[in-house]
Amino acid sequence: MPVVMDADRIARTLTRIAHEIVERNKGVDDLALVGVRTRGVHLARRLARTLKEITGDEVPTGALDITLYRDDLMRHAVGPQPLVRRTEIPFSIDDRKILLVDDVLYTGRTTRAALDALIDFGRPRGIQLIVLVDRGHRELPIKADYVGKNLPTAPDQSVQVRLQESDNRDEVVLEQGGAA
Amino acid sequence: MSAPVITKVDEIPAVTSLRRKDLLGISDMAADEITLVLDTAEAMKEIGSRPIKKVPALRGKTVVNLFFEPSTRTRTSFEIAEKRLSADTLNIAIASSSVVKGETLADTALNLEAMQPDMIVLRHSSSGACHLLSRICRSAIINAGDGMHEHPTQALLDAFTIRERKKRLEGLKVAIVGDLLHSRVLRSNIHLLTKMGADVWVCGPPTLIPTDIRRFGVRATSRVDEAVADADVIMLLRIQLERMEGAFFPSLREYFNVFGMTEARLRLAKPDVMIMHPGPMNRGVEIASEVADGPYSVILDQVANGVAVRMAVLYLLAGGAEHETAA
Amino acid sequence: MKRLLKGGRVIDPVNGIDGVHDILIDGDRIAAVGRDLPADGASVIEIPGDLVVCPGFIDMHVHLREPGQEHKETVASGTASAVAGGFTAVACMPNTAPVNDNANVTAYILSKAAEANLARVHPIGAVSRESKGELLADIAELKNAGCVAITDDGHPVKTAMLMRRAMEYAGMFGMPLIEHCEDPSLKGDGVAHEGYMAATLGLRGMPGACEALGVERGILLSELTGSAFHVAHMSARASLRAVRKGKEAGVRVTCEVAPHHFTLTDEALGSPIPYDTNTKMNPPLREAADRDAMLSGLADGSVDVIATDHAPHHYDEKKVEFDRAPFGIIGLETAIPLSLDRLVHSGLIRLPRLVELFSVNPSRILGIAGGSLSIGAPADVTIIAPDLRVRIDASRLRSRSKNTPFDGWDLRGGVAATLVGGRPVFVNPEAHLAL
Repeated sequence: MPVVMDADRIARTLTRIAHEIVERNKGVDDLALVGVRTRGVHLARRLARTLKEITGDEVPTGALDITLYRDDLMRHAVGPQPLVRRTEIPFSIDDRKILLVDDVLYTGRTTRAALDALIDFGRPRGIQLIVLVDRGHRELPIKADYVGKNLPTAPDQSVQVRLQESDNRDEVVLEQGGAA
Repeated sequence: MSAPVITKVDEIPAVTSLRRKDLLGISDMAADEITLVLDTAEAMKEIGSRPIKKVPALRGKTVVNLFFEPSTRTRTSFEIAEKRLSADTLNIAIASSSVVKGETLADTALNLEAMQPDMIVLRHSSSGACHLLSRICRSAIINAGDGMHEHPTQALLDAFTIRERKKRLEGLKVAIVGDLLHSRVLRSNIHLLTKMGADVWVCGPPTLIPTDIRRFGVRATSRVDEAVADADVIMLLRIQLERMEGAFFPSLREYFNVFGMTEARLRLAKPDVMIMHPGPMNRGVEIASEVADGPYSVILDQVANGVAVRMAVLYLLAGGAEHETAA
Repeated sequence: MKRLLKGGRVIDPVNGIDGVHDILIDGDRIAAVGRDLPADGASVIEIPGDLVVCPGFIDMHVHLREPGQEHKETVASGTASAVAGGFTAVACMPNTAPVNDNANVTAYILSKAAEANLARVHPIGAVSRESKGELLADIAELKNAGCVAITDDGHPVKTAMLMRRAMEYAGMFGMPLIEHCEDPSLKGDGVAHEGYMAATLGLRGMPGACEALGVERGILLSELTGSAFHVAHMSARASLRAVRKGKEAGVRVTCEVAPHHFTLTDEALGSPIPYDTNTKMNPPLREAADRDAMLSGLADGSVDVIATDHAPHHYDEKKVEFDRAPFGIIGLETAIPLSLDRLVHSGLIRLPRLVELFSVNPSRILGIAGGSLSIGAPADVTIIAPDLRVRIDASRLRSRSKNTPFDGWDLRGGVAATLVGGRPVFVNPEAHLAL
């Protein structure tokens, strides 16, 4: 099980992304971070902390659950429903530039669902996508604005992101055998 | 939490669903299913605070609200829940005269089935009507109240309301006072609260206490002071005028004097007691106005939570059951 | 025509017979009973040793539904069902449409029975006109037309006064009064036994006391009038207690229990099919203590008769919500298998007692021929197969209605053949009897 990114690498990558954000947006005015549950939320919070260290400013951060917007809901004649968790976006997204944060970009469908959800919350000035790992195999015309690592993968492989906040360690692992 | 599993949409974990096709009653639900509904309802509640109170989860699904008994509150609650999930809703209110005249429930259901609704929400005056429907129809059936049997979504929203405030159900003393004999809300609540480990006390005149009630795992008493002493939650059940004519008790005034929830009786409970009522209330019969409108009453919260809980139930059943309902 | 039933265990309690015997039937009468009887021109039928030959079984509580409700059952289909169930005779209840409160209806029923020419039919007449509980029916006329007892079955006799008068009057003719024991005010709109199951399922209950009140009333009036009082479809332990005390005091009280009341409890309402309307009858299936009391009464002799209360209802009528469904289940073709399986094979009673319950006692109570294989008695014979494996299949029952909770049950014990007046009117192919 090759470790593709270790804790140190992840930390440096996030720092690099934070600097890119500041550069591209010329500061953090009108920015807000929204992490896609679950691990996107942890990453978003880390980025918020780093941005505060760099600029001294607070960037509002929210958590988005996209389960109810998935395009594969209700498509199985018989099957368990995915668990729905709370969405917490305690600020208005109107006229803000939203930085959508997710851990892995793969088919692009999660991002599509997140975009639909965000639009129901208001009308942001723009949405930029941040991902820790881009593993390719897009099924929709979605691209990330900030990528931690480009990781070419085979369809039968799986990318596991583990974060301290939920898994007690930081690492990105490439496993053989995609799960169902 | 176990390691994430890759699904079609990146890595969202799939968790247990309700292990059934229908929601006929709390009596056949397990504690973990109840917890799943309550957890899901929490997420659903947030949708009601958004500017656009809608998610596409049940888009394209048809839900029929088939109500054989009049009900504004429950039906509206289901309707809002269905619409918030983007389902197409159809309300059918059957006047009792047409039931007497013609079609049996079975025939009404079969005619409906032909139009392929995904889910049917049924309220009926006969206990077991939902079981009958579930044997006939392939649609998922949600029990919105059948005779004196169960009203599962009411018990779920009651539990949600309690859990919201008290953060748990286990170990709480819950007193339920009123017409226990004829109440479907009582039965559903007893099943749910005992499954979740609460200490349930039921109270009413002996004429209104069902036979063998202690076999349900509750304490029963006709002394209301005993029931509400140190209670964390007090639920009042509606008293109907017809019960007097059935000689269950002599008058509403006497009922209020012996069992009505007054401020004085309230003071015997815990200082942070919650007062609940499934509605509609008879002020001055089972509950004094001051108590109904007082600071301990969460009656309006119950109504608000009803939508979230019903959204959760609709969502969890709409995917279809992994296993057929055990008979 | 002569027939010789050769071999087979013959059980005839009235004549003290229990063992392998031959029975010679001449025409429609029993001609001889003994060991190794000569054939003497008779057609010989070999009865395998595992079959048991009994005096014809009599079901003294059957609803044949004709006249008036032929969609549920007719005399023809009902008697076909009876003989398939091993019964050579049935007593039919008067709650038809019109009620059997006069000679015309009685004659009609008897003519239909003659036409069908299967089981014998003994009509039971009404106590009151239209069973309304106001005026006495013309009981002497009913007796002369062929009725063997009176009842207002379906409900209790309306008042104690009317019951007293009916008992006194019918007592002239030696006719018993059969009573559906119940206190209507206590019954209310109950649909199930008042207990834990009804509470769980949210069904209105009727307590056992409701039936026992009717039993006590009847026993006191029987004592007062000296007339025979028979408790129909007894189900509650409080009723049995009253019957035992009445018998001890010498009152002329007898009672019957239906197979469903000694087999099932109110748990059947909840599973395997919740709210199964084929578990709805009056009196209802009660809690285990009541069922067990019925079993103890069957064992110790306090219960006199097993009678089915065969109550056919059309499929459409039962396919509704529980509280809207009519009360009643069929029973003619499940009685013997249930009795053999649950009473005999369980060790509770022995075969001679079974014959008492199904034949000796009903014939005595109703004052009709039967109950024994005495020389010169009508050749009504029931041959049972105590070890035959039977699976109840509702779709193949001969009754017009299929409302039974026993569909799919596997039971040990069945009917091999039924002979009425010497004629085989039912032969079970599974029993391999060359009849």
